[in-house]
Amino acid sequence: MNMLFINSQGFPMALLRRRQGVVRSRGFVALVIGILAAMACAPAWSAATEPSTADHGSFESLQKDFATAPEVTAACLECHTEAGKQIRETTHWTWTYEHPETGQVLGKRHVINSFCGMVVTNEPRCTSCHVGYGWEDMLQPPPEEADKVDCLVCHDTTGEYRKFPTSAGHPAYEPREWPKGSGNIVNPPDLKKIAQQVGESGRRNCGNCHFYGGGGDGVKHGDLDSSLFDPAKSLDVHMATEGLDFSCGECHTAWGHVIPGSRYQSTARDTKGIDIPGRTDFSRASCESCHNTAPHHQQKLNDHVDRVACQTCHIPEFARGGVATKVWWDWSTAGKLDEEGKPITRLNAEGHAVYLSQKGDFRYEENVQPHYAWFDGTVEYTLRDQALDVENPPIAINRIKGGADDPTSRIWPFKQMRGKQPYDLNRKTLLTTHVFGKDETALWRNFSWEKALRAGTQLSGQPYSGEYGFIETTMLWPITHMVPPADQAVRCQSCHARQSRLAEIKDLYIPGRDRSAGLDWTGWTLVLLVLAGVFLHALLRLIFSGRSGK
Amino acid sequence: MSKVMIYRRFERFWHWTQALLIFALLISGFEIHGSYQLLGFGRASQLHTWMAWALIVLWIFAIFWHITTGEWRQYLPTRKGLGAVIHYYLIGTFTGAAHPYRKTSKAKHNPLQRLAYLFFKLMISPIIWISGLLYLFYNDWPQFLSASIELGSVATVHTGAAFAMLIFVIAHIYMATMGKTMTSLIRPMITGYETLDEQDDVGR
Repeated sequence: MNMLFINSQGFPMALLRRRQGVVRSRGFVALVIGILAAMACAPAWSAATEPSTADHGSFESLQKDFATAPEVTAACLECHTEAGKQIRETTHWTWTYEHPETGQVLGKRHVINSFCGMVVTNEPRCTSCHVGYGWEDMLQPPPEEADKVDCLVCHDTTGEYRKFPTSAGHPAYEPREWPKGSGNIVNPPDLKKIAQQVGESGRRNCGNCHFYGGGGDGVKHGDLDSSLFDPAKSLDVHMATEGLDFSCGECHTAWGHVIPGSRYQSTARDTKGIDIPGRTDFSRASCESCHNTAPHHQQKLNDHVDRVACQTCHIPEFARGGVATKVWWDWSTAGKLDEEGKPITRLNAEGHAVYLSQKGDFRYEENVQPHYAWFDGTVEYTLRDQALDVENPPIAINRIKGGADDPTSRIWPFKQMRGKQPYDLNRKTLLTTHVFGKDETALWRNFSWEKALRAGTQLSGQPYSGEYGFIETTMLWPITHMVPPADQAVRCQSCHARQSRLAEIKDLYIPGRDRSAGLDWTGWTLVLLVLAGVFLHALLRLIFSGRSGK
Repeated sequence: MSKVMIYRRFERFWHWTQALLIFALLISGFEIHGSYQLLGFGRASQLHTWMAWALIVLWIFAIFWHITTGEWRQYLPTRKGLGAVIHYYLIGTFTGAAHPYRKTSKAKHNPLQRLAYLFFKLMISPIIWISGLLYLFYNDWPQFLSASIELGSVATVHTGAAFAMLIFVIAHIYMATMGKTMTSLIRPMITGYETLDEQDDVGR
């Protein structure tokens, strides 16, 4: 039935193509399907993939054996002449984001986070998630050659294309062992087959990088992990394969290869409401884009949306899909070796590493209740050149802007990541950590912070006094995925109670949580006094009624 | 002895509906206030809102009824006999004295009742309504309101009035048992009829 709907939607699709170009049409079709399905009272429907107008298998340029992945890119660009240029404009390519509000230069190329630290000096490992090939020096811009854009990582539909973890974005071109010493062999992907079956990006394309950020499944975000490849409705009502089956792009609607939904500058409050042609911000990466700004049947619930983000009530917990997320990473304990001078690996009962000589101590959590904070969409980072307030740890690696007195702010849920990171004792700055590499200084090979920090700062051109220490840090990650069906939303009394989830949000009167303690004391005392008076009076009546012989 | 209709049908309907609504409002209200958990905050707040609207509608009818029947005069305060009534509740009730006030259908409330009900009608209720409506429509406050008052102060006033209401209810219920028998004051509020006579039927 869905196929029928799609095929019958030729006219609006064509209309939209003319207006907006190629990329957004699928979203519109999904919208039309949704409306039609709702009109027909269809119980459920799923977001099917738009049928392609091209069979890539029939293209001559793709009927050859490709020795390397860039050769595939060159073939793609023969027809998709603008695609490479578009990609080079995006954050996916530049790893650079000039923040319009704060003026800070952010992006993976520039920031330190509280997981792996920085990309610079660790390039070939980190750039295995770059949408390109061969970016081996963060101090230089990404490679300029046209064929260095990686089309396949986002457009492979076979699931067989994998960038090799340590090849600066290239897949394996010969059988290679990974992880080293595991005996597990990664075979080179069949580039010809993959190239002939390219298509629209699905959740596997996005998930293969974004679900594994921070060095493993679910480590970084908490609301993005491999459980979203095939989630139940109770985990994600939108992505559930038995339900709506949305891909990432259903909300993160691309426009000329630019994907909306930035974490550096989010839309904390979308006042535009439903996105329809003529009234759209070209992004469906907000709940309001589909659900509008007053989606509840109860007015009192709609009254909340000006101050409370949808996610705050509708994502009661994150990391709910059976994949634990990392909540503590203490780099200060890295480097310990056993009696034989060999690196140590300690696993917990679930098989997660709780100590690695390479990385230090870890803690994980599942079904995590978020941390809540006012958020106006702007995130400010503590960059390497900024002095830390070392007297007042923990140091905020990023700061969430917003407050109760700002009408564009809403209360948002966050994952709070904590840990300890190295800093310069004298200059009081965070330090570049050189962890990956075959040289004699990389931490993961030599287990010496002394060498790793000296090399990291030297190679990246960061001033360093030579004395380092570790300081506790925190980092906040907005939570916006893993939305369960509405009946699993946070209960009213989870916030409207003395023991409130929103205990941290102080600058706002919350009925049920807040009260005038003085009035309560006075009120209840008077009530008790009146009750006592009543009992005393009644008792006296009883006694005297006996005496008076009535 | 003569049976006289003292509380008309509408008056009784008004009284008991109001009583029911006030109980429901107190129970749900103090849950919203966070004093305990019973229905869950969401249901309590929904119930509270419905009951409040019902009570407002009831009050509009009651005000209309009081004005058109002239019954509002029943609440005009008087000092005459006030001391005697207070004396009775504090002392006379224990010594077996008779209630000093004689009800008539033109003046069915004793001076203390008049004061108490007038306070209920002119102080507690208006404060609770105004603060309650401000609370309910917090999201739609015009600029001048949100610039001058905070939700917290509105909530505090509303809660204060609720305490006053609770205290009124406790005292009212207790004093309703202080007729010649436990139920002699309550029965007329149910049947409408009171036995108004000049002879004390003490020997009953």
